[in-house]
Amino acid sequence: MKRQIPLLLTFLTGVAIIISFFIPHKPFNQVQDTLLDWFIIISGFALLLGIYSLLRKHIIHIQKKDAGWGYSLILNSFFVGVFIVGIISAVQFKGMSLTPGSSLYYVYDYMVIPLSATMFSLLAFFIASAAYRAFRARKLNATLLLIAAVVVMLGRVPIVDNAFFKFLGQFSDWFMLIPQMAAKRGILIGIALGSFAMSLRIILGIERTYLQ
Amino acid sequence: MKAQTKEKIESEASNVATAKSFSQWFHKGRINILVLIILFGSFFFIYVRMAKGKKLFIRKIAGLDAVEEAVGRSTEMGKPVLYCPGIGYLSDIATIASLTILGKVAKKTAEYETRIIMPNYDPLVMSAAQEIVKQSYTEGGRPDSFNEKDIFYLTQDQFGFAAGVDGIIMREKPGAIFFQGVFFAESLILAETGHSVGAIQIAGTDRVTQLPFFIASCDYTLIGEEMFAASSYLSRDPIMMGSIKGEDASKLTIVILIIVGAILGILGGLNIGPFGNWFYNFTNWFTRG
Amino acid sequence: MNIWEKLSKIDRRIIYLLLALVVIIPIVFKIPSTVAVSGPARMAFDAVDNLPPGTPIIFSTDFDPASMPELRPMMTAMLRHAFKKRLKVIMMGHWPTGIPLSTLILEEAAKEFEVEYGVDYVNIGYRPGAGAVMIQMGREIRNVFNVDIEGTPLDSLPMMKTIHNYSDIGLVACYEAGAMGDIWVQYAWGRFGVKIVMATTAVVTPECYPYLGAHQIEGLIGGMAGAAAYEKLVEHPDKAMIRMSSQAWAHILIIVFIIIGNIGYFMMRRMEKTKTKGA
Repeated sequence: MKRQIPLLLTFLTGVAIIISFFIPHKPFNQVQDTLLDWFIIISGFALLLGIYSLLRKHIIHIQKKDAGWGYSLILNSFFVGVFIVGIISAVQFKGMSLTPGSSLYYVYDYMVIPLSATMFSLLAFFIASAAYRAFRARKLNATLLLIAAVVVMLGRVPIVDNAFFKFLGQFSDWFMLIPQMAAKRGILIGIALGSFAMSLRIILGIERTYLQ
Repeated sequence: MKAQTKEKIESEASNVATAKSFSQWFHKGRINILVLIILFGSFFFIYVRMAKGKKLFIRKIAGLDAVEEAVGRSTEMGKPVLYCPGIGYLSDIATIASLTILGKVAKKTAEYETRIIMPNYDPLVMSAAQEIVKQSYTEGGRPDSFNEKDIFYLTQDQFGFAAGVDGIIMREKPGAIFFQGVFFAESLILAETGHSVGAIQIAGTDRVTQLPFFIASCDYTLIGEEMFAASSYLSRDPIMMGSIKGEDASKLTIVILIIVGAILGILGGLNIGPFGNWFYNFTNWFTRG
Repeated sequence: MNIWEKLSKIDRRIIYLLLALVVIIPIVFKIPSTVAVSGPARMAFDAVDNLPPGTPIIFSTDFDPASMPELRPMMTAMLRHAFKKRLKVIMMGHWPTGIPLSTLILEEAAKEFEVEYGVDYVNIGYRPGAGAVMIQMGREIRNVFNVDIEGTPLDSLPMMKTIHNYSDIGLVACYEAGAMGDIWVQYAWGRFGVKIVMATTAVVTPECYPYLGAHQIEGLIGGMAGAAAYEKLVEHPDKAMIRMSSQAWAHILIIVFIIIGNIGYFMMRRMEKTKTKGA
C-alpha cells in the first residue's frame, strides 16, 4: 500500500493534466492551474523544512566546536539578522519589504548585489582557465571546435574596424544562426523525446527510484 | 443594430449580431499534438512489449560506465563523494532523472562504505534525496552508515548555492563529484573548482547552454537524453530499455519528417509545382493552436 | 619540467592575474574600442524604431543582480530609445529580485527625459506565476496587475486607460538571464501573436537563435557586445561601450593562451614521438 498509493496518485495526476491540455471546458481547464497552486503552497512549507535543516546543521557544528564552527556562527547570526530586518521592513512598508529606502533594500543593495555580481564575475576567470586547458587540437573534432571558438570570439568582439573583422563578424553571425542552431535543435529534440519517455515511465509507474 | 447621439440622430444599421461564447469540449487547434502523442506513445508501448524477455542493445555511455570507477577512486583515496543535483525543482524532469542516478550512486557508496555529501537548492529535492539515499543504504546492507546530515539544504539563491558548494569542495576535497540536474550560469564555477581539487567529475544536464562548460571542465558529460536514459542503462531492466528503443523510433520519425519538410521547402522555394503549397500546409500543421 | 611542458601547464594564477590586468587597464585608462553592430542587434533596434510614437512597449525584468553588468546597459539604452521615440513604457518582471533593479534603471533613464510617471511610463512590478501571468495579460492586464508597484490602481493612471491586453501593446522587450524567454515565446507570441524582442546574457544568447531563425522574435541583443551595439545605434555611448575594450582584450588574451597551450602540447607530443623512435 505504501508504494501503490503514491503510484496511483502519480498516474491520476499525470493523466488529469494531459486531458486538461486538450479540453478547454470547465472544470478541466482549471486542473493544471489548481495543481500548480497546490505545488506552490507545498513548496512554501517545504522551505521551512529546508531552513530547519540548514540551521540545525550549523547549530550542531557550533555546539560541537567542529572545524570552521566560526563560519557556522556567522551564517546563523546573519540569517537571524536579515530575517528581523525583513520583518521590520515588511511592517514599515505594508508588505513591500524591498521598497527603495527600506532596511531590507539597503541589505539587498549593499550586500546581495555585490556578492552576486562577484560570484558571477568569477566566470570570466574560470572560462579563461577552462578554455586554455580544453581547447587543445588533439583530434579533428577538437581542432574544429578550437577554430570555431576563435572565429566566433574575434567576430563578436572585433579589435579593429577593417574588412577582415567585418567578414569575421558576418561569418560568426551566420555560424550562430545556421550550424550552431542546427546542432542545438538536434540536441533539444533528443532532450524533448527523453523527457517524454521519462515522463511516461513515471506516470505509468515503471520508473520508481525517485519514490523511495 | 443602430447607434443614437444625444440629439437623437440615428446611425445607419450595422451588421452586428449578438453572440455568446462557450468553451469547447476539445481544443481543435491541438489535434496535431494529440496525433503525435498517440504516435510516439504507441512506439513506447510496442517496444516495451517487445522488450520483455529479450536483451536489447544500447550503445555505451561512458559517463555512466564511469560511476563505479569514480566511487572506487574516492574510496581508495579515503575521500567523500559529492553529489550536486543542480538548482532545479522537483517539478523539473532533469531533477527527477538526477534523483534516479543518485539512487544508483548511493548504492555504490553504501557498498564501498564511502561518505556521500549532497548539498541541495530545493527543500523538496532534499527530502526526496534523503529518502532515496536512506533506501539505497538499506538495500546495500549498510543502514547504520547512512548520515541524514550529509544531505542538507543550502540556499535557494543561485550564486549563494555556487559559493556554498565551492566551499564544500575546497574543504572536503571529494575524490568524485557528480553534477547531475538543472544548471545555469554557476555550472562552470562549480566544475572548475571541482577540477582544481583533482576530483573525477561526471556531469549531466538538459540545459544545452551549460553543456560546453561541463564538456570543457569535466571528465565525463551526459548530454541531454543520456541523463534520462541513465536509470534504464544502469539497471538494464528490459521494460525500461524498451522505452529507450521507443524513443529512438520516435527520433527516426522526426528525422523522416525533417527530411520530407526540407525537400518540400527546397522544391517550394524553387517554385516547382504545388510543392510550395504543400510545404506551407505541412509546416502549418505543426504550429500549435 | 622543460619549457614546452611549462607552456602546456601554465599555473592558473598567472592566467587569472593577467586577465584581471587586461580587464582593469582599459576601464581605468578609458581605452576606446571598435563596436560591431550584429544583424540580430540591428533587428532589435529596428523593431523599436519602427513603432509609432505613443505605442505601448513592455519591458520585462527577468534577471537578478548577478546579470546586471550585461543587462543593465541594454535596458538603459533601450529605455532611452523608447523615451526618445515617445513610446509608452510599462515596466514589469518575473524575477522578484530584479524588480528593485529595474525600478532604479527606469527612474534613472526617466530623469534624462521630460517624461511623467503615469502618463509616459508605469511600473507594475512582479506577480508570481510566469506563464499564467502572461496568459492572463493576453486577456486583461488588470486580471493580474490591478495596481502598480506603489499600490496605485491602474485605472487611475492616464496612460493605462487604453491599455488592456497584448493587442494594445506594440512590443515586448524581455531581459533574460534564464529560461523565461522560452515562456514568453510559448505563451505571449504563441497564443497572442505579440511581437517580442529579447535581450539576453551572452550565455543565454545561443539558446534564443532558434526563435530568431523561426521569426518568433523580432530581434536579439546578446551579451555585452549587443549592449554596446545598441548604445552605438541610439548614439549614446555609455558603460557597455567602455567595457567592450576590456572584453576585446580579454578575448585576445584567451586566444593567446590557447595558442601557447597548443604549441606546448604539440612540441611535447613531438618530443615523445622522437623519444619512442630513438628507443
